[in-house]
Amino acid sequence: MPSGIGPVANPQPDSRARPASEPGALASSRLIKRHSLGTRLWHWINFLCLIVLLMSGLQIFNAHPALYWGEQSRFSDPFIAIHAQTGNDGEQRGVVRVAGHTIDTTGVLGLSDDNGQLRQRAFPRWATLPGDKWLTMGRNWHFLAGWIFAPSVLAYLLYTVISRHRRGAIFPTRSQLSAIPRTIVDHARFRFHHEAEYNGIQKLTYVLVLFVLLPLMILTGLTMSPTINAAWPLLTELFGGRQSARTLHFICAFSLVGFFFVHIALVLVSGVFNNLRSMVTGRYRITARPAGRVNREESHE
Amino acid sequence: MSKPRSSGPDRSRRRLLSGMAALGAGSLLAGCDRITDNASVKRALGSVEQLTYKAQRLIASRQALAQEFDKSQIAPIFRPNGTTNPQEDYYRAWMENDFADWRLTIDGLVEQPTTLSLAELGEMPSRTQITRHDCVEGWSCIGQWTGVPLADLLDRVRPRDQARFVVFHCADHTYGGSDLYYESLDMVEAYHPQTILAYGLNDAALPVANGAPLRLRAERQLGYKQAKYVMRVELVDSFKHLHGGKGGYWEDRGYDWWAGI
Repeated sequence: MPSGIGPVANPQPDSRARPASEPGALASSRLIKRHSLGTRLWHWINFLCLIVLLMSGLQIFNAHPALYWGEQSRFSDPFIAIHAQTGNDGEQRGVVRVAGHTIDTTGVLGLSDDNGQLRQRAFPRWATLPGDKWLTMGRNWHFLAGWIFAPSVLAYLLYTVISRHRRGAIFPTRSQLSAIPRTIVDHARFRFHHEAEYNGIQKLTYVLVLFVLLPLMILTGLTMSPTINAAWPLLTELFGGRQSARTLHFICAFSLVGFFFVHIALVLVSGVFNNLRSMVTGRYRITARPAGRVNREESHE
Repeated sequence: MSKPRSSGPDRSRRRLLSGMAALGAGSLLAGCDRITDNASVKRALGSVEQLTYKAQRLIASRQALAQEFDKSQIAPIFRPNGTTNPQEDYYRAWMENDFADWRLTIDGLVEQPTTLSLAELGEMPSRTQITRHDCVEGWSCIGQWTGVPLADLLDRVRPRDQARFVVFHCADHTYGGSDLYYESLDMVEAYHPQTILAYGLNDAALPVANGAPLRLRAERQLGYKQAKYVMRVELVDSFKHLHGGKGGYWEDRGYDWWAGI
């Protein structure tokens, strides 16, 4: 394992950073090494894997576009179903049915453009991998990406738990937790502090994604395999049945999509170049806060 | 909030980064479809199957049983899939006679090939199991199956040492096409205690829609392995010479031979 995946807990000033005395540089800002090579590789490999997993997953979902709770499928009573139906006017409509409610989603879900023709398909052509209806190739892509993604997540989580350094970088301290209300107010005012360490909200989000959502994705995915069911029957029990596991797999996937959009939005509004640079080259520019505030914060620790 | 002004090299890197991002997003969608059509990529994707097969064989012991359920959990209708009403003349003739003239042949790499009637199969020790059927499409259905353990039939015909797979030849031309349905298992799955040739569903004779008079149940595998209308069991050392050579009707059409996931 490379030493220190994720933000470096005790960042050292970058040797390539300009000295504060250099003309043009702000006295309060400097470049630090925020992300190690391991973190950056892990981030971008995961990014690719998650895109492939999501799109091939939607292809697989399209083969039977309905979700159920429990062990088996009660075909007459799905929790969610996406399909096409003929309306009173004789026109075909794409609809999503969620717990008894019907939402018209023509053009995107249930009925969408497929090579110039409106066709019945749950998720549209542009959202699935491959674009054509092709379950077996969707499964192939899904398992290829899964075999890269799952071991890399597992290794990362183990390393994060074992390494004290990493625990400090990911798990919030008590003072960070109590500072969360202030962080929320700052975010609402689009005041982003560029600091070496993640703030309390960031850390909580990453703990939720890394230690809850990603493991749930992997475990609910495994629970859909009949051979795994025979090997580890506890998994099916844990999730309340195979169809529940499939539904949770879907819900977690869309929670990750939600995280993705919030993540992108924050990357964009809090200094897209600085953020992207930190995840590509590892270098991140931090700005110090007014001295009084820093001291008050440090006195908590 | 004050923001440091970026210097020259920063700006050019910024252009490079945003260019890379735009290029990446745009080409990803088109790229994946193009890559999918490449033959060597297809092979690489297929080799993942071998990894899954070996990993699952490592995780699941030979005897690990699929979950069995309570009678109260049996689905009101066991959803039939694939062929549900074979139109072949020979099949219609068996059907009209309640399968009294139907025979199961077991041959291939065995010491003692045999032929069995439905009545003879019914006299053998049987196993009844309430299990969940998991279709590759994603749905599940619980049913109660009664039949002869495949292991008992194999003991009777005594497979030769070269036998590596058990092939199930079916009576139906799937979707009215020119190809007969067939499937295959390796010897580990064939000897698994829950692998049975079933003639009963939910305390009644197996309905035509679900594969009468005899179908395979291999409970640690997906639905397409559960061959219906089985009329011949053949032991082979390879399925290269059979149909498309991939060991099954759907396998010949791109599906994984290993159906444990």
